[in-house]
Amino acid sequence: MDGIYAVMDFLLPFDWAEYDFMKNALLAVLMLTPLLGFTGTMIVNNKLSFFSDALGHSALTGIGIGVLLGIDNYMISMVGFALLFALCITGIIQSETASSDTIIGVFSAVGVSLGVVLLSANGGFTKYSNYLIGDILAISQSELLLLAIVLAAAIVIWALIFNRLLLASVNADLASSKRVKVRLYNNLFVIMIALLVTISIKWVGIMIINSLLVLPAAAGRNVSSSMRSYHVTSVLFSMVSGVAGLISSFYFGTSAGGTIVLFAAVIYFITFFAGRKRKA
Amino acid sequence: MTDKHKDCHCSVKIENLSVTRGTQDVLENVCLEVKHGEITALIGRNGAGKTTLLKAIMNRIPHTGTVTYFNSEGKRIAQPKIGYVPQTLSFDRGTPLTVSDLFCANSGIMPVWFKHKKERLVHTREMLALVGAEKLIDKPLGRISGGELQRVLLAFALDPMPDILLLDEPVSALDRRGISSFYDLVTSLRSEYHMPVLLVSHDLGHVTKYCTRAALVDRTVVLTDSAKSILKHKKVREAFGLDEEGII
Repeated sequence: MDGIYAVMDFLLPFDWAEYDFMKNALLAVLMLTPLLGFTGTMIVNNKLSFFSDALGHSALTGIGIGVLLGIDNYMISMVGFALLFALCITGIIQSETASSDTIIGVFSAVGVSLGVVLLSANGGFTKYSNYLIGDILAISQSELLLLAIVLAAAIVIWALIFNRLLLASVNADLASSKRVKVRLYNNLFVIMIALLVTISIKWVGIMIINSLLVLPAAAGRNVSSSMRSYHVTSVLFSMVSGVAGLISSFYFGTSAGGTIVLFAAVIYFITFFAGRKRKA
Repeated sequence: MTDKHKDCHCSVKIENLSVTRGTQDVLENVCLEVKHGEITALIGRNGAGKTTLLKAIMNRIPHTGTVTYFNSEGKRIAQPKIGYVPQTLSFDRGTPLTVSDLFCANSGIMPVWFKHKKERLVHTREMLALVGAEKLIDKPLGRISGGELQRVLLAFALDPMPDILLLDEPVSALDRRGISSFYDLVTSLRSEYHMPVLLVSHDLGHVTKYCTRAALVDRTVVLTDSAKSILKHKKVREAFGLDEEGII
């Protein structure tokens, strides 16, 4: 770790980079944003942005369950509950008994209210309000290592499942005719989102995580015409808004997560108008 | 028939295929054989189960009964390849997906966001050339016309060369010229590759003009005959209201 800090000191001779917590936060941003950038492409393609939002909200219940069980590391209970939550939602959606936005809306409401009830019953909700907006400046060195492992694993999985997932997302019938197990790949993807959302929530926050998944990909889509340019622009927009947001938040004294999302939103609007011009 | 295909025994045999939805039988004991080089039309009223039959053949919906494929030597094919062209491809037209993305995603694990292998691109261009659509290779799928999309989907259905080709009202979104050029293409591919073709169609004119056989479907296969004589059957005339007053 000292070696990485030394390199960063050499490359980044700025005020903000003097502090170790800012160096850690920058490393975290450089790993988290590409991760959310490329998974976001498929969330936007599959119209799952409402779904990933609900998953973020389910984290409240996950924390509540963790408190109830007396677990020190809430990540375990958050991940566990989010997985259950995600598979329940997709299971009900696949049974085609109600429209998917209604089902997701119902689950989202349950996730939030159950979480609030559990947490308020355990001595006040305010203790946990950190989770709402997250705190990337508080990331520890061991958490950075975890993030590096998650990033590496996610890239490998993304490379392995992407082509089949893409065919399933274009059209389920067409994909089945090519022997793609549509349900299996959709479930794998949902599990992947559940894991990523809950792992990142401590640093990014329940209110903000979904913006980081959706905005860069939506912006990339505005200006892309192939899968390759979609991925490149989405990851690029995600990283640019991450780094710019983090540095700005240092100078303005604002929350890092919120500032990052604002940068992503600005990029979205720019690409929206640029894309319209190009396609016109 | 060319000499190359003289001894070909490839065929598809559907036996006792049934589909239930809830407590309702959508299809019951369907038996149908499609032989090499045949274009068999599935005809019948709306809701008779034609599309359901195609989906069952694709294993898209749960069903009982068997679908068995035989190769040119008459031996069973364990893992058959299926080509499918839908009525209209319902997909998000804003998706940044080029025609070559689609083809390369279906050939191996190399993720299309990373790279398209050169030999795959050459192969894709060859497949598209079969349907006269090689110029579309770099076009986004959402920005080509309806007729172009059906051609691309036909090429996609043929990659890899399938053991059966399923066409679900493939021309319903096309204009008159698009329709005849699409069917001319299917008939010429049939004489070239000779795979069995199953076609769902509402248009009896197309059926008699382009198909070799026809099967009347009404929750099961009611009858089959050559496409030329299918209109002589009373049940077919009834299903299409051909004897009603004012229709010639």
